[in-house]
Amino acid sequence: MITRLDDQELKRKSRRQLLKLAPIAVLGAFAIPKLRDRLVEEGVRFSDWASGATFRSQHLAQTFSNSEVVPFEKFPYNGYDVLDPEVDLEKWTLTVEGDVQHPGEYTLAQIQALPKLSQNTRHICVEGWDVVGSFGGTRISDFLKLVGANTGANFLEVECADDYYESIDMASALHPQSLMCYEMYGQPLDRKHGAPLRLQMPTKLGYKQAKYLDTVRVTNILKPGKTGYWEDQGYSWYGGL
Amino acid sequence: MPNDENGNNNNNNEAKKDSVPQPDPVPTAEAGPVEATVARMEMVADQTAPQESAPSAPVAIELTAEEDPSLVRAAYEHPLPIRITHWVNAISLFVMVTSGLRIFRAFPSFGPKIPEQVLLTIPRYVTLGGWLGGALQWHFTFMWFFVASGVLYVAYQVFSGHYRTMLFLPRDVAGVWPMARHYFFFGPKPAAAGQYNPLQKLAYTSTIGFGVLSLLTGLVLFKPAQFSGLAFLFGGFHLTRIWHFAAMCGFLAFIPGHLIMVLLHGWSNFYSMLSGWKREPEYQE
Repeated sequence: MITRLDDQELKRKSRRQLLKLAPIAVLGAFAIPKLRDRLVEEGVRFSDWASGATFRSQHLAQTFSNSEVVPFEKFPYNGYDVLDPEVDLEKWTLTVEGDVQHPGEYTLAQIQALPKLSQNTRHICVEGWDVVGSFGGTRISDFLKLVGANTGANFLEVECADDYYESIDMASALHPQSLMCYEMYGQPLDRKHGAPLRLQMPTKLGYKQAKYLDTVRVTNILKPGKTGYWEDQGYSWYGGL
Repeated sequence: MPNDENGNNNNNNEAKKDSVPQPDPVPTAEAGPVEATVARMEMVADQTAPQESAPSAPVAIELTAEEDPSLVRAAYEHPLPIRITHWVNAISLFVMVTSGLRIFRAFPSFGPKIPEQVLLTIPRYVTLGGWLGGALQWHFTFMWFFVASGVLYVAYQVFSGHYRTMLFLPRDVAGVWPMARHYFFFGPKPAAAGQYNPLQKLAYTSTIGFGVLSLLTGLVLFKPAQFSGLAFLFGGFHLTRIWHFAAMCGFLAFIPGHLIMVLLHGWSNFYSMLSGWKREPEYQE
């Protein structure tokens, strides 16, 4: 629609319309180094909140047939420091603490006495690669029942033999595919994959799947700056898929 | 200014060229604005007299306004919601592409992890975030701005009916080649028929397609287990990552052309995306 305007009138209208774009200038805050880090951390926190809010606790991640599983030797070893922290598998016990009725030391035999679940699921790394692997273990939810955990608590914290540490939301821990994994490809977990016990949750990214578990803690509060090894450096805490 | 207006008046007179001898533009250009107006008005009266035996008053006024050289032809091309979403989207797209390239740099392959083959090496200086975690922070923050501005843009286009100016339709297909020939092979410039030419419509409509593709594939990459149905539609998680990258390539194909065109068409054209008002648009009505 062409209109004919006085030159001054056009300039005045244009200026007025230009000023209406002023609110966009708030995005300039992202260019200020001091604010920038805080803002993008808030952005990740918002994404994490949205992830938690839309998480479907009974929706299963895709499972695969044995022919779709990558060969064991093509399942990458991943560690943040050492691949084998030399856990003494004979004397190993899992320490259970926090909001549980039966805290204490649990042996691998006690964990393996719980119902076993084997599943072929996709392991996805935050870097972008993925592998379909074969995992066996007990449901985290069954283990939490065994130790009398308050599943109304917010978080599950784990500490590892290699000083790695992680925390996950209770809803994800109780997901029916979330495992305390002691087998891969039908064999006992090998040292470099996290023997004797690791987390394996197909609804979480790889860095949430802590290996060489040492301590499990049920808690309502996470210490700021102590929520997970990579999370404390900037990765998304929720890390959900 | 007088020169512009003079040229403009000649344009308006083109329709009447056959029946009325073209006035000599030189004296008008040399005359001051007031004389020019008077001369023009007299000419209008001269022209209308033989064509219409009894011109009614409104017609005479309308013609006078059109011919008034002190007035500027202008069009309010870009409503405020379009301008705001355009700029928020432009900023977000910049952040999404640069941080996305940094994320891709962490695993620059679409193949297996073992053995990993580097598909292409992304130079550090075109990336944002410094490391994978930093890039993800930018990506997970600006994806909300990107999606919000995209959804609001499309919603506004649809509900305001403004989409008619830019939506590429089958009838625009025939006009693409003449326009491309003009831009790339110095062919004759096709007459402007509306706010956007067919090639522009094709480009702008494609970007909406790239946006939808990047949003849907992004949802799958962000939440492959929650959106497993959508992942299936794209051929699985693995292929979805390729689609997501392809959507970015679509944007990267669009952006340089868009920016070059903006540069070639000058300040007034660029300013219209800030102020909404286009001064002296090429098209008629």
